[in-house]
Amino acid sequence: MQITTLRHLVTILFLLFSITSFSAEKSDGKDEKFDAKKMIMHHVKDAYGMHIVTLNEGSPEEKHITLPLPIILWTDNGLTTFMSSEFHHDYNGEVIVEKNGGRFVNVHEKVYQLESGASSVQYDEEHHPTNAAKPLDISITRNVFMMWVSIAILILIFSAAARRYKKSTNNLPSGIASFVEPIVVFVRDEIARPMIGETKYKKYMPYLLTVFFFIWINNIFGLIPIFNGANLTGNISFTFVLALFTFIITNLSGNRNYWKHIFWMPGVPVPIKIFLIPIEIIGIFTKPISLMIRLFANITAGHIIILALMSLIFIFESVWVSPVSVFFSLFITLIEIVVTAIQAYIFTILSALYFGMATEEAHH
Amino acid sequence: MDLVTPGFGLVFWTIISFLILLIVLRKLAWKPILGALSDREEGIQNALDAAEKAKLEMANLNADNERLLQEARAERETMMKEAREIKSKMISDAKEEAQAEANKTIANAQTAIESEKKAAISELKSTVATLSVDIAEKMVKGQLSDKSKQLELVNSMLNDAKLN
Repeated sequence: MQITTLRHLVTILFLLFSITSFSAEKSDGKDEKFDAKKMIMHHVKDAYGMHIVTLNEGSPEEKHITLPLPIILWTDNGLTTFMSSEFHHDYNGEVIVEKNGGRFVNVHEKVYQLESGASSVQYDEEHHPTNAAKPLDISITRNVFMMWVSIAILILIFSAAARRYKKSTNNLPSGIASFVEPIVVFVRDEIARPMIGETKYKKYMPYLLTVFFFIWINNIFGLIPIFNGANLTGNISFTFVLALFTFIITNLSGNRNYWKHIFWMPGVPVPIKIFLIPIEIIGIFTKPISLMIRLFANITAGHIIILALMSLIFIFESVWVSPVSVFFSLFITLIEIVVTAIQAYIFTILSALYFGMATEEAHH
Repeated sequence: MDLVTPGFGLVFWTIISFLILLIVLRKLAWKPILGALSDREEGIQNALDAAEKAKLEMANLNADNERLLQEARAERETMMKEAREIKSKMISDAKEEAQAEANKTIANAQTAIESEKKAAISELKSTVATLSVDIAEKMVKGQLSDKSKQLELVNSMLNDAKLN
């Protein structure tokens, strides 16, 4: 009963915020036709502010409610910081912010620094700025912000769970610990133990658990409409970093047997050994790259499908399409809820598998 | 396309944030949680082992009891058997003894009877001899009272002697 109520609530929230933000998109273009691709890309990619809702759209009192986030740049003049609200929700390179001797514009959620003397952004045919360059950008974008929110929540949940164990006399879980424990035990007994082996799995447990819950919670955040498409796990930078960690840990823990299988495959004739060396070396890199692309592509694809289904309403400009759109996007959303856990599981189990392969002892 | 190009800013912050998350969670959460889990599992395993051991001991005890009972039963059996044997032996011994005694008594009686008989016979013989002599004396005395009878006697005696 409780779960169904929650689901209804989530659905209602989803519809509410999705539709208002899509309409906001439409009103941006004023006379332009609704551009589904532009809207979807805008939602899937990173942005400088947390746009929450647009009030009074289309009217002169149109008001965007946005959580401004700091923009941090490293320019020729040193560190330059200002809040994203200084762009006034502009991402077409029209508002120029002057800070620390540089002039900055926001072109499709990328900050460009105008060349000296330029007063407005010039574009080439592919809509790339010609008279502006990208400075080194370490802004707290909405993805970074949501990542920190997720980190704070993870630390809260799991330190609270750990305290429950400390409080109990016989190590029995209670409260939030009894919710967390089956998942932790699942990661340990279904992922780490079978993939890495009984003797060595303990060393990798902190990494596997952290990766699993970090990916999972951010997958879920990506589906919650009020966060307005904080698509962290569907961002290739994020999946790149996690894959990089798996890559580093795999190769640092690689034993003699692991390297032997790469550079001098046992049990095959010498010409094949030589033939296999480049293939195995490529294999070292394809494993983490596949991890990176799998997570990024799955989550981004889910977002794009949901957004595309919603866009149908605005493409057909008919309210009668909405039942179809709502039904299908609800259906996909439910699938995506399952996918959040599955993708976290797949990333973790494959990482564990690679660690297991790197630490496997010779058994020939 | 920049959708599939990692951006420096997010990579930078993700590395830092993930490392912090990993270190904080390892210290604050994973160590205590995994420690509690393994402690509990160890405790359960120990309790199970102890129960198994107790069960084994119980079985051993039962087996011991059973064996003792069996032994006691066998002992009783042998004791009964021995008692029966002793009983029958005593009976047969007594019978034998009685028989021997009886035989001895009979034999003694027989010997006594025999000797009595012999004594009686010899007494009878002597008595008969005395009587015969007395009779013979009286007869001889009677017959020798006249002459003719004396002669007749001598003749018959002579005849007898000739016939012999």
